[in-house]
Amino acid sequence: MPSLTLIVNGSKRSVEAPSQEPLLSVLRDRLGLTGTKYGCGEGQCGACTVLLEGRAARSCRTTVAEAAGKKIVTVEGLEREGRLHPVQRAFLDHEAFQCGYCTAGMIMAAAALLESNRTPSDEEIVGALTGNICRCGTYPRILAAVRQASGAMKPEKRP
Amino acid sequence: MTRFPSDALSGEVAEHAVEGLHWFDVDRRRFLRILGGGVLVCAATPAVTAAAQESGRTRAGRDLPSDLSAWIHVDADGRVTVCTGKVEMGQNIRTSLSQQVAEELRVPVGSIDMVMGDTDRTPYDMGTFGSRTTPTMGPQLRKAAAAARELFLDMAAESWKADRSALAAEGGKILDRAAGRSISFGDLARGKELVRSIDSSPALAPAAGWRVAGTSVSKVDGRAFVTGTHRYTSDLSRPGMLHGKVLRPGGFRGRLASLDASAAEDMPGVRVVRDGDFVGVTAPAAWDAERAIEAIRARWTVPEQPSEEELWEVLKKKTESGDRSQAETAGSVEEARAAADVKLSATYRVAYIAHAPLEPRAAVAEWNGDKLMVWTGTQRPFAVKDELAEAFRIPAEQVRVLVPDTGSAYGGKHTGDAAVEAARLSRATGKPVKVVWTREEEFTWAYFRPAGVIEIASGARKDGEVTSWEFHNYNSGPAAIATPYTVANRKIQFHPADGPLRQGSYRGLAATANHFARESHMDELAQALSMDSLQFRLKNLKDERLKAVLQSAADKFGWGATQPAAGSGFGIACGVEKGGYIATCAAVEIEPSTRRVILRRVVQAFECGAVVNPGGLRNQIEGAVVQAIGGALFEAVRFAGGKISNPHFSLYRVPRFPDVPRIDVVILDRKDLPSAGAGETPLVGLAPAIGNAIFAATGVRLRSLPLAPRGVPSPA
Repeated sequence: MPSLTLIVNGSKRSVEAPSQEPLLSVLRDRLGLTGTKYGCGEGQCGACTVLLEGRAARSCRTTVAEAAGKKIVTVEGLEREGRLHPVQRAFLDHEAFQCGYCTAGMIMAAAALLESNRTPSDEEIVGALTGNICRCGTYPRILAAVRQASGAMKPEKRP
Repeated sequence: MTRFPSDALSGEVAEHAVEGLHWFDVDRRRFLRILGGGVLVCAATPAVTAAAQESGRTRAGRDLPSDLSAWIHVDADGRVTVCTGKVEMGQNIRTSLSQQVAEELRVPVGSIDMVMGDTDRTPYDMGTFGSRTTPTMGPQLRKAAAAARELFLDMAAESWKADRSALAAEGGKILDRAAGRSISFGDLARGKELVRSIDSSPALAPAAGWRVAGTSVSKVDGRAFVTGTHRYTSDLSRPGMLHGKVLRPGGFRGRLASLDASAAEDMPGVRVVRDGDFVGVTAPAAWDAERAIEAIRARWTVPEQPSEEELWEVLKKKTESGDRSQAETAGSVEEARAAADVKLSATYRVAYIAHAPLEPRAAVAEWNGDKLMVWTGTQRPFAVKDELAEAFRIPAEQVRVLVPDTGSAYGGKHTGDAAVEAARLSRATGKPVKVVWTREEEFTWAYFRPAGVIEIASGARKDGEVTSWEFHNYNSGPAAIATPYTVANRKIQFHPADGPLRQGSYRGLAATANHFARESHMDELAQALSMDSLQFRLKNLKDERLKAVLQSAADKFGWGATQPAAGSGFGIACGVEKGGYIATCAAVEIEPSTRRVILRRVVQAFECGAVVNPGGLRNQIEGAVVQAIGGALFEAVRFAGGKISNPHFSLYRVPRFPDVPRIDVVILDRKDLPSAGAGETPLVGLAPAIGNAIFAATGVRLRSLPLAPRGVPSPA
């Protein structure tokens, strides 16, 4: 089995895995980063969303070989020195979850959107998150949370 | 005159109760030793009918012991541990129950740890379903907490030799304001080994005086969900754990005809386990287990079975005769119909739909000799414990089931399928094994919300009074089958049937189907009588609580005040179920070219007695409306020849961001009434409100759920 180097949440991690294995199971089973969730394995639900070079990627449809050497950020990597990312904060403030299983993927998709567009319109938020399913139906709260996070991020507070 | 049992749970209990194998006797002293010293207060199960008894032993032929339903422990540090067999799956009871304990015990919410759904540490509980946590577990925990508070008052008075009536409990302490002294609950509990059962019912704080209950306390462990640190079952790992996969038959009821597992067996680290028709594999990595199961060549003999085209016929034809059929009758529907000015009859249908919880079924099993420990996301940990004991022919005392807060269920996780699979693979390999179902497995091998056919024949007088109401539900279920309208002549019957797919509980049960049929038909009657839909309903209602929500929803929506634009329509529906009163208004627009339904606005009014957590309740109501969009407009399980033909999110459409309309929620907080559950009933008003709005917009009456998966047909 090949040994690959992943740059996860700012740390270099060496991992032995078949090169065709999805990044999702490598993160979860081999690196113990279980915040990223399996929801469908087909890129249809967004529960497995991570940032790959700053852009939202479905880790279930990304092979570990494709991700090797690139900057990967998972939900565990958003907090800085005990301070929540504005999107995480906003999800808490709006209680934008019920069971919480989609939350990591939603937060990563929203964080990716705000990386590229600090002031998205509602239509742009909906467009960016339409691939993410919340079966509990908390979409209105998620929309409100992303709006709040967008406001909080306007002054270039964070990279 | 016969009536349906007033207890809404009876149908579900009959459907899903699994006979217990062994008694679970609580040795209270032993329990105190597990938790450490301190003060333990046990809540006895209230004496109610066996059918409604979800927190105690209930099977026929067995006496109901004065068992315990919950307990509260306070240790020397003042930490409060609350044990209940209920489980958290997103409905937010970990928070709402904590609030109720905090209210009565007079401690901060943050000092409370809820232990939930652990069969070794929590009292027996039938399961978390039927919207029962708030009306039953809430009051029991409040009583236990109040009793603990009174006990601390006694202890402080005794230790100070003070007048008890001059003492007060506040912030986890007993205060003696006159003497300027205080002592914490922790200090009072230190060095004690005190066990009390509640013998008399202490006075509970009335909802009007609530200070913690009744407020929007945030989800107690919310931070764990936004940081990804909460561990669901599928996130757990045990030392030496293997990953397991199960070979699925080529169709429902399939039998294994031949098997060639040699390619899988040759894979390094892979173990193939065969036990009759059960074939599974284990491997150190989930990826390897998946490759191994794909490498197995098997042939299955799948019996011929009905396809979706034959469904309605099958449900009518294969109706069971016998004692599961329930009917309510009053007067003579035939005579009343003969005398009616307006007569209508119509047939309504609802499709099978899937729960599709985002966390699929999962379990981790670990054997220690003949003892079995299983972590799994289930709504019924004690039933799964019995299921495991039976599967492995071991005493239930040797099985422990633990339920991590679960990635939702919606009624879909009553069974222990993944638990049994993981335990079987674990027993064969001697290692802990985790089984996580794929989305396709979840869409195929879980059970479904029952499909159903509902036939209604009605009659009304010219003045708008409904005089005859005959209602037959085939297969979908009896929940909310009784009409809330005042009709003198009624015949209402549920006919269980032998349907082609595995079916079971679902959030709201058949209340969705029965409300859809009833509220669509009421609209048809209003139309036939040329009456306004709201006025027609109000005329036939006597229930003041239902009238109040109906009027509230209509007012907020502006019913009658504004007229829909061309190609748009407004609809209204209402109902009562599980102690919750609901009314829903919907505005739809039909896209001219595609005839697609665009849901523009929903107003939903809800009343469930005294509200325990307004923020949490609002979240549940909004979420229920959004989830209901799927079943109303486009969700349906498609099947043929013993196979599901749309077992993926790409083929089985669920509501997504663009489907969500503006939603206004009106909560009627009745602090003078006991709290009812709210996880299910907010789901039932949307489908008929949309159906009625589509009719208003197009003149086309749609009588099947989903209403318009491919747009509204053009008028004939």
